[in-house]
Amino acid sequence: MPETQTGLQRALRHPLVWPVLALVVLLVVNVVAKPGFFDIRMQDGHLYGNLIDIVRNSAPVLLVALGMTLVIATRGIDLSVGAIAAISAAIACTRIVGAGDEGALTTAVMACTYALAVCIVLGAWNGFLVSVLGIQPIIATLVLMVAGRGISMAITDGQITTVHNTWFSDLATGYVLTLPIAFIIALGILALTAVLTRRTALGMLIEAVGINPEASRLAGVRSRTIIWTVYAFSGFCAGIAGLVIAANTNSVNANSLGLWIELDAILAVVIGGTSLAGGRFSLTGTLIGALFIATLARTVNNIGIPSELNYLFKAVVVIAVCLLQSPKARSAFRVRRSSGPGSPGSTAPALVKTGSAA
Amino acid sequence: MSTATVPVDSLWDRVKGYSPPPRYLPVLATLGLLVGMFAIGGVRYEGFSDPQVLLSLLIDNAFLIVLAVGMTFVILTGGIDLSVGSVVALSTMIAAKTLELGWPPYLSMAAVLATGTLLGLLMGLLIHYFDIQPFIATLAGLFLARGLTFLISIESISISDPTFTKLAFKTVTFGDYYLRWTAIIALATVAIAAYVLARTRFGRTVYAIGGNESSAMLMGLRVAFTKVGVYVISGFCASLGGLLFSFYILSGNSLHAVGTELDAIAAVVIGGTLLTGGRGYVVGSLLGVMVLGMIKTLISFDGTLSSYWIRIITGALLLAFVIVQRFATRRSS
Repeated sequence: MPETQTGLQRALRHPLVWPVLALVVLLVVNVVAKPGFFDIRMQDGHLYGNLIDIVRNSAPVLLVALGMTLVIATRGIDLSVGAIAAISAAIACTRIVGAGDEGALTTAVMACTYALAVCIVLGAWNGFLVSVLGIQPIIATLVLMVAGRGISMAITDGQITTVHNTWFSDLATGYVLTLPIAFIIALGILALTAVLTRRTALGMLIEAVGINPEASRLAGVRSRTIIWTVYAFSGFCAGIAGLVIAANTNSVNANSLGLWIELDAILAVVIGGTSLAGGRFSLTGTLIGALFIATLARTVNNIGIPSELNYLFKAVVVIAVCLLQSPKARSAFRVRRSSGPGSPGSTAPALVKTGSAA
Repeated sequence: MSTATVPVDSLWDRVKGYSPPPRYLPVLATLGLLVGMFAIGGVRYEGFSDPQVLLSLLIDNAFLIVLAVGMTFVILTGGIDLSVGSVVALSTMIAAKTLELGWPPYLSMAAVLATGTLLGLLMGLLIHYFDIQPFIATLAGLFLARGLTFLISIESISISDPTFTKLAFKTVTFGDYYLRWTAIIALATVAIAAYVLARTRFGRTVYAIGGNESSAMLMGLRVAFTKVGVYVISGFCASLGGLLFSFYILSGNSLHAVGTELDAIAAVVIGGTLLTGGRGYVVGSLLGVMVLGMIKTLISFDGTLSSYWIRIITGALLLAFVIVQRFATRRSS
């Protein structure tokens, strides 16, 4: 008996339990509302169904959130991702439209490569402001958040640019191995990030910078380079997300493309259990967070509530997640519970956990 | 270079030897920028040097001035309030909906102000008592207010109440020039806020928290009350700003004021308030709003520049001020 109990306790203490449970609850709500929710069928040579839609729609947020996870792990934040996504889409679309052969594969590839290169530069600019000039991350990235949409509109000349390139639109609506390409790209970046951070020392260095920048610098970690790199990576991820969003509609509207995606991405990261105070991060958590956000949007539709009310549910989720993460709120709840039979065993690990996250 | 060490000579010597206290420098820089932009506009464009242009700036940006005042309080404590834009939208919607339901106009205004203040209170409590970062707590506020706005109505509702329209167009004339009541309310808010920050215990505690929260706590200042208080003030200012905005635009719409929180934050930063807290003046934020408005006016007078240049120039100004601030604080510390 004690064996199974400790096993259960250990499972419950795993940081990803709550996000996964929340996702499962959402899916159950969907199934109750519409029993056929899980139905997946083959159509035109690819899978088709609600779940497939969810994973496809989660791709942009997941991409942005991956970059954001690393930035947040270094105790930073990147508000400019929405604007960078808009710039990326604007560059790619204007280059495709301006190219000689609009429908060719090479046109699409060249345009996307060019757009992503610019995004990396923009991300590196954020990193420069944060690491070299030492400006607070919120403010440093706010500059590009404010100016970015203007730049994006300057690129498209304030017009909604429409492109006709099947290769480009495949980014969002195409399928490979019966799965949406967008999701596969996002998973690919996730795998790449995971390998780079978990199979090399990079992840540990990023966490070290987030936990104590000064101490890690004294220990010989090149915190400047690391901070610079994560912001550039965040710009790169935001750029891909922008391309996917633009490909979905085959057009770019500089005003609305990627609007509030930075907030969704931060939400996905926070749901995934990465603390905004920096330090430990969880890429799997971010994946679950992004899936949760996409599922939430689908659920609100599915149970017949106007999709605009999504914001209300997001507000509730933000507050709930933050209260669950907040040491003060936890201890407040625990005091109330521990008036019953003793629970010193359960408080100790919580303290350890909060100590390492702070 | 202070006047005390210089033997009292002529007035000219005193003027020559005067250097303003360094803490006023950021505000003076913003003032200089504003005057410079006005001068450039006056030289380049016909009719720009009319003082009515300045008064129109106040009228058009009345709601933003009020938002920036609330934001100044929050930023002075080292926090941030992302919810103000959504609260503006919620305020216009509550005003429009309650008037549509036939509420008396003053009751409707009270409902608007009460809602915003309550939202601010809730966010303040979350931030102080549960240690939730201001950024995240007010992000929840942003979603909540926007969601409530959509909950009330997805369609736009116009306001045709006679009291509202009368208040909206009521003007005060000074000779040839006029100012709307909304602008006077905004200026009064600035004056009250400046008094509160400079002359009251609450205001001094705001600066103390921004300087160093734990020191403020150890000094026995009322940190909890003040920290929650600034978010209440910001919530109140956001709903008052929303009210002024509904006078200005005479409709309630869930897509009003998207991204206004950025304008408010930019105005506060351009006004010389330090984003880490502890330093800054409401008057600076007023000037910051005027600078943002002046950019818009310059671009509309020019006519050849597209409106997106407003955002690019705002971003560039923001960058310049942030970098200058950064070096100013680095040198002093």
